[in-house]
Amino acid sequence: MTGEFDVPKVEYALVLPLLVVFAGALIGVLIEALAPRVWRYQAQVGVAVSTLFAGLAATIQVGVGLEPLAGDVAARGDVVVEGALVVDGPSVFLWGVLLVLSLISVLLFAERRLEGGLTSFAGQAAALPGTDAERQASTRRIEHTEVFPLLMFAIGGMMVFVAAGDLLIMFVALEVLSLPLYLLCGLARRRRLLSQEAAMKYFLLGAFSSAFFLYGIALVYGYAGSFDLAAIDQAVSASTAGTPLLLAGIALIAVGLLFKIGAAPFHAWTPDVYQGAPTAVTGFMAACTKIAAFGALLRVFYVGFGGASWDWRPLIWIVAILTMVIGSLVAITQSDIKRMLAYSSIAHSGFILVGFVGLYAGSPAGEGLTSLSSVLFYLTTYGFSTLGAFAVVTLVRDAGGETTHLARWAGLGKTSPVLAGAFAFFLLAFAGIPLTSGFMGKWMVFAAAWAGGAWPLVIVAVLTSLVAAFFYVRVIVLMFFTEPGVDGPAVAVPSALTSSVIAVAVAVTVLLGVVPGPVLDLAQQAGAFVR
Amino acid sequence: MNEYTPILALLALGFGFGLFSVIISGFTGPKRYNRARLDAYECGIEPTPQPVGGGRFPVKYFITAMLFIVFDIEIIFLYPYAVAFDSLGLFGLVEMVLFISTVFIAYIYVWRRGGLEWD
Amino acid sequence: MLPAEAGGGVPVLPVEAEGLFSLLWLIVALPALGAVLLLLGGRAVNRLGHLVGTAMSAGSFVVALVLFIGLLGRGEEERQVQQQLWTWLEVGDYTVDMGLLFDPLSAVFVLLITGVGSLIHLYSIGYMVHDERRGRFFAYLNLFVAAMLVLVLADDYLAVFLGWEGVGLASYLLIGFWAHKQSAAVAAKKAFIVNRVGDLGMSLAVMAMVATFSTSSFVGVSAGMPEASSGIATALGLLLLLAACGKSAQVPLQSWLLDAMEGPTPVSALIHAATMVTAGVYLVVRSNFIYAEAPVAQVAVMVVGLVTLLFGAVIGCAKDDIKKALAGSTMSQIGYMMLAAGIGPAGYAFAIFHLLTHGFFKANMFLGAGSVMHAMDDDVDMRHYGALSRALPITFVTFAAGYLAIIGFPGFAGFWSKDKIIEAAFAEGWIFGVGALLGAGVTAFYMTRVMLMTFFGDKRWRPEVHPHESPSVITVPLMVLGALSVVGGVLLLGGWITHWLEPVTGPEGEHELFVSALVLTAMVTLTVAIGVAVAWVVFGRQSVPDSAPQRVSWLTRAARNDLYGDAFNEAVFMRPGQQLVRGLVYVDDKIIDASVGGLAALVSGSSGQVRRSQTGFVRSYALTMLGGALVAVVATLAVTLA
Repeated sequence: MTGEFDVPKVEYALVLPLLVVFAGALIGVLIEALAPRVWRYQAQVGVAVSTLFAGLAATIQVGVGLEPLAGDVAARGDVVVEGALVVDGPSVFLWGVLLVLSLISVLLFAERRLEGGLTSFAGQAAALPGTDAERQASTRRIEHTEVFPLLMFAIGGMMVFVAAGDLLIMFVALEVLSLPLYLLCGLARRRRLLSQEAAMKYFLLGAFSSAFFLYGIALVYGYAGSFDLAAIDQAVSASTAGTPLLLAGIALIAVGLLFKIGAAPFHAWTPDVYQGAPTAVTGFMAACTKIAAFGALLRVFYVGFGGASWDWRPLIWIVAILTMVIGSLVAITQSDIKRMLAYSSIAHSGFILVGFVGLYAGSPAGEGLTSLSSVLFYLTTYGFSTLGAFAVVTLVRDAGGETTHLARWAGLGKTSPVLAGAFAFFLLAFAGIPLTSGFMGKWMVFAAAWAGGAWPLVIVAVLTSLVAAFFYVRVIVLMFFTEPGVDGPAVAVPSALTSSVIAVAVAVTVLLGVVPGPVLDLAQQAGAFVR
Repeated sequence: MNEYTPILALLALGFGFGLFSVIISGFTGPKRYNRARLDAYECGIEPTPQPVGGGRFPVKYFITAMLFIVFDIEIIFLYPYAVAFDSLGLFGLVEMVLFISTVFIAYIYVWRRGGLEWD
Repeated sequence: MLPAEAGGGVPVLPVEAEGLFSLLWLIVALPALGAVLLLLGGRAVNRLGHLVGTAMSAGSFVVALVLFIGLLGRGEEERQVQQQLWTWLEVGDYTVDMGLLFDPLSAVFVLLITGVGSLIHLYSIGYMVHDERRGRFFAYLNLFVAAMLVLVLADDYLAVFLGWEGVGLASYLLIGFWAHKQSAAVAAKKAFIVNRVGDLGMSLAVMAMVATFSTSSFVGVSAGMPEASSGIATALGLLLLLAACGKSAQVPLQSWLLDAMEGPTPVSALIHAATMVTAGVYLVVRSNFIYAEAPVAQVAVMVVGLVTLLFGAVIGCAKDDIKKALAGSTMSQIGYMMLAAGIGPAGYAFAIFHLLTHGFFKANMFLGAGSVMHAMDDDVDMRHYGALSRALPITFVTFAAGYLAIIGFPGFAGFWSKDKIIEAAFAEGWIFGVGALLGAGVTAFYMTRVMLMTFFGDKRWRPEVHPHESPSVITVPLMVLGALSVVGGVLLLGGWITHWLEPVTGPEGEHELFVSALVLTAMVTLTVAIGVAVAWVVFGRQSVPDSAPQRVSWLTRAARNDLYGDAFNEAVFMRPGQQLVRGLVYVDDKIIDASVGGLAALVSGSSGQVRRSQTGFVRSYALTMLGGALVAVVATLAVTLA
């Protein structure tokens, strides 16, 4: 039985950014295989930076060339690779943000000054903690330069994730982005048990959530008869009432995605993993994974299940409220800075969910402030400040590595005012104080949600952000208004890499707060999703 | 009700198969016990006790097993490609070369980093 | 009781800034530049910090004065000048321009802020002379002035909110400036948090505006208000009132102001007397076009004002700390302003008038108190003062001017402004009038008490204290402010202030009184005289005990405890909140972890196999996820199928 086969069409020019990133990752693997050990670090960093730059250039080129679609909704872009990917405004916007953030993360990964000339990743991950093998690895100054290709694989997966036009592709992308992250989480040079535990937890729970996601896909396929988001949309819109099959599918897919963004009650992994993972990786995860997962969430629910929004809206409402409340309240009692930031990131997921569920499509032409553009903007602002905050965390150290216990941060403002000032600034941005990007982001998201009629949710959001402000201020008080302890923290002098990460993050946080216009414009020009 | 009958059926079938296998093997299987038989993994790897005082955990077997999966998947893709070779033409060739080289890069990595050496 | 003329707010119709007025941005830019210079500059700048900071503030005042004179020379319809700076954000139809609006209302505020602000800068040069972080202090002062100017000059509610948060942040930095005092750090935090509650109202109000009018500019909102539903108008009015309560320390958000006295005294004068606390009054008056459509919200404003004016007055009676007594009085006086602002067009002008005169005499008295503390080695307890009129003659005379002004001694600034408010309150309703009158009597009582305990009676000085008059850099601002306290009333000459504000607030309108205004004035003066007399009997005729008596009435005890404001907050907000947090943390950490983790630990024995038990944690997490997923599916199904 040999049927004729239609040759599939692949728009190489439009998916060029993805190809570039994956090619860079593969080159990284080859370097790992072939280059002599002494050259690997330089080669890997060089390849990673140039790959991500090339990817960014390709993304900009693709973005400039996007054609506006004819139709009553402002959208630009195209469905490519036989429906597997959608290269539209939001995809390209998120690609750009992800690439810029990953570039910054590479700098953080590459920091070698803090550990006496080695990266902050385990020398030999296979060696058990506290053994001779481990000591040998560190005396021989071995380091895992695989982290750079792993980061690129993860970013590649995220880029596919946000652009997937098909649930199966989305699932594959989910795995492609997750597996490198699981590994990266377990590679801390210090406190390796904690780090390995984090990796294990993340892996187990991630696998668990993937199973939900997959099962949801199966149910939805059973309902719609297709994996294609556009086809699912047609099937959903055609019927007037949701059937149990579809609804269960939607709920399970939501669970899979809500896990990745760290929404309650699927948030339990977040504090443990954020605390255990190497801080550079935590920053990368907090910024990029969240952005990618929200990109996918937006696409699936706006495009695929948009017709059934009345059915899933209550679920997201409840999840959003739970997430905000748990995130901001539990953060208050945290005594570890990384855990506190983890809960704060949970709370922020809740705020973004508010924008997401506002479902405000803007003026009839879909122009201006929409839920989509506001969430895209928020993700951008949050990504930069959170990366900056974690970069600061890597610098506050004592003999045992980073000191993340809050009590040890007392009086930091006296001993190193610049660093503490930068951190305080990020905290203020998280709290949403005007003239920081955090304020603009919150403002956009809440305004869109309000305009979409979700005002009770907005009130809860503003109330919880009030509570959240409390623990941010608590840390600022601790840093500036408390006397440093006798064994106060030493702030390590970073190389230009980490310093520039913090500087860039501060600059972006200020810029997006004072003149958010250009980036907001970009987010709006992205237009709606293309189906 | 109609559309999820198959799913219920699948669920029932899944449970049924599990139960059936456990029960039937209990009845029919030979009951000759030896040490290897009682190990958690019947693969010759001792999960416990671990090397005294820490040290490395031997993962040779697992690496080989994972390599098998990688190449297995490669082969799985090669079969349908062979069937549709004519109609895919140049496009198919390009894509397959890309795919195989990707797997090949992984192979080089494993080979250079000593993944293929048993000892 | 409802204001008669509901409807018909005054739309904002500005003209473009040109010529001289294109310098408008300088007013904000100068102090902002000063703050940036001082914050980023190194030690060299720090040494000259006080001069740079004062120069920036004074420069801003000069520009403001020039523009004010320019405004005076313009026709009435051209007195709302707008300057566009840049487009802050543009989202489809919704645009927020960074623009400044210089109109009669903001003009008087700008003059007050930069004028009194400059005097306080000058004063601080002397007051902070021994502080090694003086440069930093001036940076914060400049930052505050810049933020406050943004607040009153912005032409869009969102930009107002920017200044609003800015002054909050600056006051937080200033209150906590002496952070080595634990109480100062706590007070700073409290001020910040309570202010955030007010900000909540502000941000919700702006969001509601955007949702209703697709704009948050004064022009747009004032144009759209007449068409808005009364529900929206009332909601906006109440939300803005909440915001005003936070900044202006009105009941129920009053509790931070008394604690804020931990900051350096110039801060108390600048922020907690003359400028920041009046932001709420500004907001209400500025939003007159909203309140015109929302009679219910107007009544709420009046009630808040009335309650606070009595509340603050009672607290003022019982405090032995001179600054806290003054702080109570500030609350009370702002209550008067809110009351007047709630009355509507008939009261707006008097609210602003009282705000100005209060800015003069209260700043004067705070700075005077600082001068006294300076002389008494930073002791703030009035029971340790007494008979200081000889030792500190200039401080005494200027303080007395402020005192006579605040109690409303005929001819002094406060007399004119307070009298007008009481008159308007009587026209609005008996209860408001009587409350305001009563407040005037109590004010006279506690201010006389402060006066007597500080400057008269016996010396109750601590042994090692040798009071001396402050240097001229401190006394000159006192003299200027003292003079203003005396003559501030001239603003009312020929109804100038009401006429001046008319383009913003609309015509005053007529009100009917049950007696002639003159008789009412006599009544007010009589009440004040009674207050003074009672205080004289209690504190002037007999000697003051030098530690606070413990056997006192419940009212005194309550007043000493700020009328249990903190206890209330604690019982109603903090404790339930803490319980909730504790519960959540417990559920998050303990119940799930312990039940499963504990089980795993039991299984693995107590051999300290930590990691084994941690797989238990993962299981418990997975269990939560499974539960969550189940609930999610069931809930989705239930919602639809129900």
